[in-house]
Amino acid sequence: MQLDGIGIGHFLTVAACLFTIGIFGIFLNRKNVIVILMSVELMLLAVNINLVAFSAFTNDLVGQVFAMMVLTVAAAEAAIGLAIVVVYFRNRGSIAVEDINMMKG
Amino acid sequence: MGLTAFFFYLFATLAVLAATMVIVARNPVHAVLFLILAFFNAAGLFVLLGAEFLAMLLVIVYVGAVAVLFLFVVMMLDVDFAELRAGFIKNAPLGLIVGGIVFAELVMVVGFQTYQPNRVGVAAAPFVTEGARAITNTEALGRILYTKYVFLFQGAGLILLVAMIGAIVLTLRHKEGVKRQSIAAQVARRPATAMAVVKVEPGQAIIPTGGDNG
Repeated sequence: MQLDGIGIGHFLTVAACLFTIGIFGIFLNRKNVIVILMSVELMLLAVNINLVAFSAFTNDLVGQVFAMMVLTVAAAEAAIGLAIVVVYFRNRGSIAVEDINMMKG
Repeated sequence: MGLTAFFFYLFATLAVLAATMVIVARNPVHAVLFLILAFFNAAGLFVLLGAEFLAMLLVIVYVGAVAVLFLFVVMMLDVDFAELRAGFIKNAPLGLIVGGIVFAELVMVVGFQTYQPNRVGVAAAPFVTEGARAITNTEALGRILYTKYVFLFQGAGLILLVAMIGAIVLTLRHKEGVKRQSIAAQVARRPATAMAVVKVEPGQAIIPTGGDNG
């Protein structure tokens, strides 16, 4: 597969940038659960770009099947995570991460 | 620079910029909107790679469902988001260190390895061509997804089912003091318990006995 000068390294670099931004976002917004969830979504997107890039450049469709599974898990994770945030907000009136310490082990 | 390269750099730049805006945006609603922009540009990258089906899936599932879910939750919760941004600058150095290390490692993986697709062995599911006609990405994906990977497909369905039930169970709540219809009680009603035959003598009033069938 040739994309006039764009090789697999270009796509991997974009994915690496997105993944790093996701990690940085988790550290930057340590208190805000919603932005942390969005950062996790960004990291999963970076993984998907890697999978699809390898799938295209090795002429093997399994990578795209696996990317679909990652997409499914990401959607499920977002739904459950946001449900937990809503329930937590109902009980405590806040979504700050530091306040989530009632279950001290 | 050809058209493909131009679009690659366009989508890649916009995706990275939008992702940066997601994590630094002051207003979470803006962050969600930038997340949508990032997903759209990633879908563009998928189209460049020839994965049209996944691109459309990304637009429909992420932009249509997940991002809108985020938007609903952000708008529904009455949270002081400015207060949650305290410590934004304080946490930045640690994040920069960890992010820089991860990025350096990823660059090493990309840069120091010579990747040669020709040396890869037999592909597990190569792109199929039938005679002169190359079949579309969606058709090829469907052919292996519903045959070779059908259990994986069913497993994905189960994951979504569990997520749906979990989200409903988590957010369901019963309010006190709300009159609800009890279908079981209605079905269980019998004439013997619901009715009473009273023989009325002439000139007498019926005095209710405090029955529970009102």
